[in-house]
Amino acid sequence: MQKRSWFLNTSAFLGFLFLYIPIISLVIFSFNKSKLVTVWGGWSLKWYGELFNNEQIMSAVWLSLKIAFVSAWLAVVLGVLAAFALTRMGRFKGKMLLSGMVSAPLVMPDVITGLSLLLLFVAMESLFGWPAGRGTLTIIIAHATFCMAYVAVIVQARLSDLDESLEEAAMDLGAKPSTLFFLVTLPLIAPAVISGWLLAFTLSLDDLVIASFVSGPGDSTLPMVIFSKVRLGVTPEVNALATLMILIVAIGVTVAMLQMRRKEKQV
Amino acid sequence: MTVPVSAGGPVRRLLSKLNPGRHLVRGIPLGWLILFFLVPFLVVLKISFAETAIAIPPYTSLLEWDADEAYLTLQLNLGNFLYLLEDSLYIDAYLSSIRIAGISTILALLVGFPMAYVIARARASTRTLLLALVILPFWTSFLLRVYSWMALLKQNGPVNDLLMLFGFIDAPIQLLQTDFAVFVGIVYTYLPFMILPLYSTLEKMDMTLLEAASDLGAKPWQSFFLITVPLAMPGIIAGCMLVFIPAVGEYVIPALLGGSDTLMIGRVLWDEFTLNRDWPMASAVAIVMLLFLVLPIMFLRNRSDRLED
Repeated sequence: MQKRSWFLNTSAFLGFLFLYIPIISLVIFSFNKSKLVTVWGGWSLKWYGELFNNEQIMSAVWLSLKIAFVSAWLAVVLGVLAAFALTRMGRFKGKMLLSGMVSAPLVMPDVITGLSLLLLFVAMESLFGWPAGRGTLTIIIAHATFCMAYVAVIVQARLSDLDESLEEAAMDLGAKPSTLFFLVTLPLIAPAVISGWLLAFTLSLDDLVIASFVSGPGDSTLPMVIFSKVRLGVTPEVNALATLMILIVAIGVTVAMLQMRRKEKQV
Repeated sequence: MTVPVSAGGPVRRLLSKLNPGRHLVRGIPLGWLILFFLVPFLVVLKISFAETAIAIPPYTSLLEWDADEAYLTLQLNLGNFLYLLEDSLYIDAYLSSIRIAGISTILALLVGFPMAYVIARARASTRTLLLALVILPFWTSFLLRVYSWMALLKQNGPVNDLLMLFGFIDAPIQLLQTDFAVFVGIVYTYLPFMILPLYSTLEKMDMTLLEAASDLGAKPWQSFFLITVPLAMPGIIAGCMLVFIPAVGEYVIPALLGGSDTLMIGRVLWDEFTLNRDWPMASAVAIVMLLFLVLPIMFLRNRSDRLED
């Protein structure tokens, strides 16, 4: 028993090293003075300066944030509606279809999702003239569609775990369905909705393949700009950008964890 | 992932009777998904039977309306699918995608299993921290995580330096732009998908079974293969599918880490579409890729439905 747990602990430790060494190396080399990423030339903040002066990257950051913000909200509304329909509305026509379609985007390869949406947009444009051209709007639609699946799965899990007696009590006291939803159900599922929103936001911010298919010639999102730079080799500005993103995520996750700890202690 | 619904709950009954907006609650997500998920596949299916044309959009239409004779002809062109069989590039790419995804999945299982096991057996406070450490990379950019390996695996990069330091090799070897780099990239980026389902089955495992086995004289490896592995099977299968399915269609990892001879079907589809502008061919490639993935996807769905029941 003792021997095996030594073996397991070592391999688990190596596993965690494997997870974190690439991230740590990105961070360290972002402070490297030398342009050659693997040659250490002393500490420097120069790549951060170059990053903020790079107009192409900065405008892509702005575009990606806008797209992620709008598609996360859209995904949350659609995902919560889908989760609610699947867990609280009994049987209805199209339920099987809905539940199948809600989870399918989770495992669909990006290239297929991207290609199929692009072909749809092209066909719609030639039939109805809408959407005219492709760009921010088509990326938002595409992102909302695959992100709503993640929101729906998270919220669905929370809704089916939820004790229905609170909702029943509110109904007995005469709450209208809309009141019931906004004053009772929504606050109860709020943590799941918030994590769904954050996940949708992150996934949208991160997507390269689908956005490349459905975007127009002028609209390059951040991953598209990064990809075109990185294809040619290692780029120090991208390291600086990665470090900032990791920092934001790390702060976010730490805050969320502390928040959760505090709540657990209160209960 | 469907959630079983008992039709009887009073809330549900009342809601379905009273709420006039209930059609909207169902209708909006259903309509959205039909329009932006289901219909696109039908469009892909349709275009896969078309021929390329120098036009906007660059394919022929299947339905021809002949005004003089007043009849409609439907032209189904099977050429794209026949070409998939004829040109060995496509078959090789499908097989090579399955091989690369399969090997990476097994590697991810080998790396992920001990991690999931240790997390599941850790004290409650450590467990939360370790789980957060597994999930944290998932929240940082996928593209940047793949990119980080480009620097590590370079000809004169840290991994080569390390291998030389320990005397495994005398001169730097080519690591980047090989299948090996693609395996590393896939295992690295999809590892959380392997660990989380494994963790959730291992956490529920009854440890007294192992104690009983060891009291009865079983060696640790025996109880591992006869008790732990069978009990963790649902997690192993779910984890493997969650890594294998997206890995088959992967584009970014082979594009950044693989060599020009690393054939993967996602890459072929992308090139067919962007470089050759052959939309019907790209559609045919996509349809066949879907057929390849339908079986594992159905299998995964069945499993998870049964788990939830």
